[in-house]
Amino acid sequence: MELIDLSLIWAVIIGFAIIMYVLMDGFDLGVGILFPFAPDEQSRDIMMNSVAPVWDGNETWLVLGGAGLLGAFPLVYSTFLPALYIGVFLMLAGLIFRGVAFEFRFKANRKRPWNWAFAGGSTVAAFAQGAVGGAYVQGFNTVDKVYVGGAFDWLTPFTVMTGLGLLAGYALLGTTWLIMKSEGHTQDWAYRITPRLLFAVLIVFGLISVWTPLVDDFVRERWFGNLGIIWVLPALALLSTYILWRAVRKRQEGMPFVATMAMFIFTYLGLLVSKWPYMVPPNYTIWDAASAPGSQLFLLIGMLFIIPIVLAYTAWTYWVFRGKVRADAGYH
Amino acid sequence: MELDPLLLSRIQFAFVVSFHAIFPVFSIGLASYIALLEGLFYKTGNPLWSRLSHFWIKIFAVVFGMGVVSGIVMSFQFGTNWSNFSYATANFIGPLLSYEVITAFFLEAAFLGVLLFGRNKVPPGTHLFAAGMVALGTFISSFWILATNSWMHTPAGVELQDGIFQITSWTEAIFNPSFPYRFMHMGLASFLTGGFVVAGVSAWYLLRGRDVEANRKALSMCLWLLLIIAPAQAVIGDYHGLNTLEHQPTKVAAMEGNWETQNGVPLLLFAIPSKETQSNSFEIGIPKLASFILTHDMNGEVPGLKEVPVAEQPPVALVFWSFRLMVGIGVLMILFAFAGAWLRWRGQLYDHRFFLRGMSWMIGAPFVAVIAGWFVTETGRAPWLVQGMMSHSEGLTPSLTGAMALFTLIGYITVYAVVFTAGIYYITRIVKAGMEHDESGDTDEVERPSRPMSAAHIPFDKPATPPTSG
Repeated sequence: MELIDLSLIWAVIIGFAIIMYVLMDGFDLGVGILFPFAPDEQSRDIMMNSVAPVWDGNETWLVLGGAGLLGAFPLVYSTFLPALYIGVFLMLAGLIFRGVAFEFRFKANRKRPWNWAFAGGSTVAAFAQGAVGGAYVQGFNTVDKVYVGGAFDWLTPFTVMTGLGLLAGYALLGTTWLIMKSEGHTQDWAYRITPRLLFAVLIVFGLISVWTPLVDDFVRERWFGNLGIIWVLPALALLSTYILWRAVRKRQEGMPFVATMAMFIFTYLGLLVSKWPYMVPPNYTIWDAASAPGSQLFLLIGMLFIIPIVLAYTAWTYWVFRGKVRADAGYH
Repeated sequence: MELDPLLLSRIQFAFVVSFHAIFPVFSIGLASYIALLEGLFYKTGNPLWSRLSHFWIKIFAVVFGMGVVSGIVMSFQFGTNWSNFSYATANFIGPLLSYEVITAFFLEAAFLGVLLFGRNKVPPGTHLFAAGMVALGTFISSFWILATNSWMHTPAGVELQDGIFQITSWTEAIFNPSFPYRFMHMGLASFLTGGFVVAGVSAWYLLRGRDVEANRKALSMCLWLLLIIAPAQAVIGDYHGLNTLEHQPTKVAAMEGNWETQNGVPLLLFAIPSKETQSNSFEIGIPKLASFILTHDMNGEVPGLKEVPVAEQPPVALVFWSFRLMVGIGVLMILFAFAGAWLRWRGQLYDHRFFLRGMSWMIGAPFVAVIAGWFVTETGRAPWLVQGMMSHSEGLTPSLTGAMALFTLIGYITVYAVVFTAGIYYITRIVKAGMEHDESGDTDEVERPSRPMSAAHIPFDKPATPPTSG
């Protein structure tokens, strides 16, 4: 029966969906976070137009990952959501508000209320996602596969830190995206604030990297138990930040975004390495969290069908809307 | 005061799912109507069909978008408030709900864009094909959802091992005993909803003398449809009721307000059922009719609520009255469909202002009936979450406190109030702008199938008097 490890395949799929979501919704959430600080309304139009064709497709990965979790790793679904009850609500409310604000801002003549809904929703959603990530590192208070902790266990100084970290990280993805997609004074503004955001991200990520091994024995053992190949990941993440910094100084247009994405990917892999194979830390691994093999297989067929389609469709969308964005220009 | 997380979670779920149900039930019916209009246009080349289709596609785009947004919240409700249920049933509901998501994404990626934006960009046949696939896709989506829901009423193909539902047969679980009835009942409900909304909006236009030719056509075809499906729904509903009688007799007892198992049970038109006294007050009924409807025998035996302990009885008054509301609206729908046929025969269909006004008032009726019907079937299952196998309290999230549940309940009500007021307001704007609205591409919007609402270009508000943007 166990010729192939379905749980492992599913862990890869879910892990892939999460990083796709973080990178792609990350930059459009980042654009929302930066919205109030934009130099003028014209820049806001450019910012919004730059993510308009893709933002909803980006959120596809959140839904795909969430649905996949219920089907393949129900334990994650049934412990994370109760444990992060308030945080999940805030994230959903934020995502809904910004989505609707997005649609109606285009149709509205009075844009101000929609601006605030867009910015507020993006900021709340980003912070909540960062805190959720922090709560995963922190682990969950479970007994017999049931979450038994309180409503605010997830809200600790550590998760506030990870929330702010992701907020800054998404904003960085947002500015580097804008460097690539805009020109003129909007691009100048993006170039100006990128180094500051990079500085903030480095400080917060640095604090988290020092903090985690101090409070978590498992993570400390993983990283300092044997000085192995895994240290390549933080090294590559640091190299990416250097490339990003240099690219901004040279006013390159595409490289800052690529470097920021690389920084995210290596940090994310570092996080996975820290916790592997625990899916509901500190007690349950991916195999403990799995659903019945028959259910995993049944759903896998559908996923293997839909993921290439979503990928192709996504790639096509980005290709169609490549190039610089202007405030007034329609795309069609 | 002690806040009960169980009660609050049930209210929250009822609120979220009722709000959500409004949108898909309409979009399923509307998608088929649009496919029909596209088919007629393809066959006859009459631009009138394409104009009607064009208009309803805009409404469809907004309704579809709202349905997706409210559906996302649904997919998290299971985990946040019903984590024990999610964990225990995940082997079954996990893949099924995921397949619904997969269906929706596939539909969106492949066909929705062509339907919404492709009219002048693809050959007419391709556009028609896309319209058909979107309509089919909405049915496939509802297939997965209703299979999941029906299984909770009539679980099959599973066995409980250490508190986890393990699948013994996928076919038995998916095509469980109540599934075919519920699927047909919901399918017809979607058509009734689409039919009454289109007919009502057309009547509203006719009352104002707008776009008379197209709206006459639309009203006429909807009334033909309603003439067939409004009575058909009564028949299907009856079969659904008989299926429920077989598998969930207590629910039927609550629907009938019948406490004792007895013969020759009257059909109650009015009563105030009380679980405390285990009886009804102020009963007004038609003798023996409930027995006749349920058993097709005047003296047939109808099970009573007292067959089960009080703790296993559903909230009787809620089930009893929701059922009467649903059936009452159903009867009203049949009357309207017949009145339409009679007026048509008399040649007064398009000029009878009283009837037209009545039709435009009926726009809200199918939505109320659908929600009332879901209240009957869902609260009628109480205290069970999975009939006979898992109760509401067993399925609840153990760590959930009353305060948490209350916080998110208020939160969702606030979010929905803002978001859906905006959405429904916008739909009325599109209707008021009407089919005459010129769409000569005066928009800076990015049109994308993943943003279905970008298919509608009606301004959200009137131009601001002092310009706010530079």
